[in-house]
Amino acid sequence: MKNSRIWAWLTMLAGATYFFLPLIATLEFSLRMRRGEYSLDAYRVVLADPRFRDTFSYSVVVAVFTILLGVLLVVPTAYWIRLKLPKMRPVVEFITLLPLIIPAIVIVFGYIRMYGSNSVLPFLSNQRGTDLLLIIGYATLALPYMYRAVDTGLRTIDVRTLTEAAQILGAGWATIIGRIILPNVLIAVLSGAFLTFAIVIGEFTMAALLNAPAFGPYLQLMGANRAYEPAALAVISFAITWGCMSLIQYLSRYAPKSATTPQH
Amino acid sequence: MTNMAAASGPAPQRLRLPLAWVGIVPFLLFALLFLILPTLNLVIGAFQDNSGAFSLASIYELWNNPKIVAAYWISIKISAISALLGALAGFFIALAIVRGGLAPWVRSATLTFSGVASNFAGVPLAFSFLATMGRLGLVTVFLRDVLGIDIYRSGFNPLNSWGLIIVYLFFQIPLMVVIITPAIDGLKREWSEAAATLGASNAQFWRMVALPVLWPSLLGTFILLFANAFGAIATAYAFTGSSLNIVPILLYAQIRGDVLYNPHLGYALAFGMIVITGLANVFYIWLRMRSERWLK
Amino acid sequence: MADTFLSIKDVSKSFGPVQVVKNFNLDIDKGEFVSFLGPSGCGKTTMLRMVAGFEEPTSGTIMIGDQDVTHLKPNQRNIGMVFQAYALFPNLTVKQNIGFGLKVAGAPKAEIDERVQEMLEIIKLPQFGDRYPFQLSGGQQQRIALARAIAVKPQVLLLDEPLSALDAKIRVSLRDEIRSIQRKLGITTIFVTHDQEEALSMSDRIVVMHDGKAEQIGTPFDIYNHPATRFAANFVGTLNVLDARVADPKKGLVLIGDDKVEVGSEINLSAHAKDSVVALALRPEAVSVGKRKGRDSSVTGTIADVHFLGSVIRIRAKVAGANLLVDTFNDPDQAPPRRGDKVALSFAAKDLLLLND
Repeated sequence: MKNSRIWAWLTMLAGATYFFLPLIATLEFSLRMRRGEYSLDAYRVVLADPRFRDTFSYSVVVAVFTILLGVLLVVPTAYWIRLKLPKMRPVVEFITLLPLIIPAIVIVFGYIRMYGSNSVLPFLSNQRGTDLLLIIGYATLALPYMYRAVDTGLRTIDVRTLTEAAQILGAGWATIIGRIILPNVLIAVLSGAFLTFAIVIGEFTMAALLNAPAFGPYLQLMGANRAYEPAALAVISFAITWGCMSLIQYLSRYAPKSATTPQH
Repeated sequence: MTNMAAASGPAPQRLRLPLAWVGIVPFLLFALLFLILPTLNLVIGAFQDNSGAFSLASIYELWNNPKIVAAYWISIKISAISALLGALAGFFIALAIVRGGLAPWVRSATLTFSGVASNFAGVPLAFSFLATMGRLGLVTVFLRDVLGIDIYRSGFNPLNSWGLIIVYLFFQIPLMVVIITPAIDGLKREWSEAAATLGASNAQFWRMVALPVLWPSLLGTFILLFANAFGAIATAYAFTGSSLNIVPILLYAQIRGDVLYNPHLGYALAFGMIVITGLANVFYIWLRMRSERWLK
Repeated sequence: MADTFLSIKDVSKSFGPVQVVKNFNLDIDKGEFVSFLGPSGCGKTTMLRMVAGFEEPTSGTIMIGDQDVTHLKPNQRNIGMVFQAYALFPNLTVKQNIGFGLKVAGAPKAEIDERVQEMLEIIKLPQFGDRYPFQLSGGQQQRIALARAIAVKPQVLLLDEPLSALDAKIRVSLRDEIRSIQRKLGITTIFVTHDQEEALSMSDRIVVMHDGKAEQIGTPFDIYNHPATRFAANFVGTLNVLDARVADPKKGLVLIGDDKVEVGSEINLSAHAKDSVVALALRPEAVSVGKRKGRDSSVTGTIADVHFLGSVIRIRAKVAGANLLVDTFNDPDQAPPRRGDKVALSFAAKDLLLLND
């Protein structure tokens, strides 16, 4: 038994080295802009850059709309499947797995071919349409995660039994959805939302191919032309991702636990 | 008279079905318009020529064009190696946190970090590794000034396959850790205790019970890692520019500027990607169903 | 003892500041079936795991035969163990599970096959050899787990609440099966349970455990009829506890409600002051409704509930504000009493137990 602990520590040490070294290196590199001393110059340049502010705010707005679209799409569907159409579950679950199977670059390629200026739904003929298509594309990419988060949340609270119990006690649909479903599902929805946010902020492929003024392509542009600013951007990016994940972890503590499964 | 009686019979039944389906129509419509049809469109395009007639020419081109074959080969190689190394490293780390007898905070910290790291892909990740292993990177400088090893002089080139593999491991390993940890949790403590009372050493237990129980999960997750790497482009593009010709980058260039002088070839490329990632995921799902049966 | 095979001497176990097993002493004879009986958290499973080798005692020694096994690893002790959760290896067939221990020891295939077949006959599942655990019921899995444990002919057999996860009916039939197999093979056995009926019906001796200590060690008959502490009395079988006010400590007279009762000669009340309250206990079967020959003491009570269970009639009476449970056999010539009847409840003075806490 003692032997295994030594091996475990060695493994963790090796892993920690591999993972922390690049993060430390990036941080260190980002502080090196001013010759000879450490400074926050790279960060100052980046944050003052109007392109940073423009693309970052664009991506944030897109992310918010993506989350809205995702929630509107997923929550009613997940609830409906659990309650009224359990037989369709395998079909819906398969569909939510498709974005993991079909790479993002193929999806956006499909959009370009299908929604160009001479198609029935000419999304790409103007800027607004392109923005809309980007939001749709991101909602598609985030679909697996959003659906799994909401579905797990509904399963934990055993939505079907709760709804039936409420109906027997005389509750109408508004009460059921407003007082039973929504509060319990809120935490799951927020988890899905933060994950979506993390995905959208740094996304490159779809934004670049649709020529959208998003954060991802901006990052790539900086990488091609500058030395120290990209490192600062990477640190900022990592901090945002970390923030989102931590919020999800924090929220999961407040998620309603199942009332029926006995805790050991 | 009889016609009317017959006509009024089945009518109420036909009305009942659509109501239940109304709830998921928006979802199905969305999936159809923005997931299924665009993909099918590409697939069909792969089997057409410029006049719209059925043609296998583009598909043949996949095999015959040396540039494309090379791209697929490199992609498969990078994906397979990063998946294999990622799976092995991730497996050992997961073992360490579940059965290594470490303090409980190590496990939760590792899982949290893995959740973050597996999502930290794309352009910022490439930047991080350039800051580490690039010409002015921390590790490069350290090795040169402190240990006297100039890795660039000895032929290290981060822009080749191995550079990308090392970068990919940054999200492959955490993905493995996150997915395989529940499977290792599923190895009941009583199994190893029962094996011990029956006289088995630790190695015998792993060889005869634990690894056989785990191998569907291990293999399945390896395949998932493979598919994950195969479809990734952002990291590669930011790390190597377009100098490393993996399939996604080739496809990217093709979408942007038809470098292959044949749009249908682009569709064929996409089709090839879908086939590979699709097959991989089918295997993954099949293996996962098998392992769930045992770990019930 | 010349016949002692398993010896546990002064064993204590602490996890950090918490002591879970306190100074445990026990000598088990070869072929004996001993139960560790107690509620959750009493330390019985920890003690078993120390015999198995999964925990190391903080102090004390464990000897099996002539060998000090206190610090030996579990896979060096040649013991068999059956777990509450069956723990059959899911990737192996029934035959492969049973033969696992022999395979690990390097026995030749022919020997393994023969022994496995023998085991399948003993547990009466000869046609299940090629099935997988997930295809079997809980009871079947547990029998196979037992076969797997004894296939290697262990010196000691340990069972950790093996029946707790099973349905009531299977529990009873498996109880008998385990005991008869154990008797036939003569393996020294320790059986951990929280179910007193299991312990009473299966064991040669019982160790009643409470709060890390062995409160009482004895045969089922001894422990049931002469419990040493209030806990042992309460945990093993049903016990009626009556508060009695001491009327005359020297003569052994107490007042239960308004009734004067003389305690039997085994109970010495001289240490108790007059008018102090003592706890007296009676087993349900020691009480009768109405007069009975040989049961000269009595108290008055009111019938609160009558449960006709067929051969046994379980009556709950209220005596001086407390519940008194009475078990009588069914008598076709005598109707059971009715709710609300005021009756005399008689018992023999010698059946009274004094509980010291």
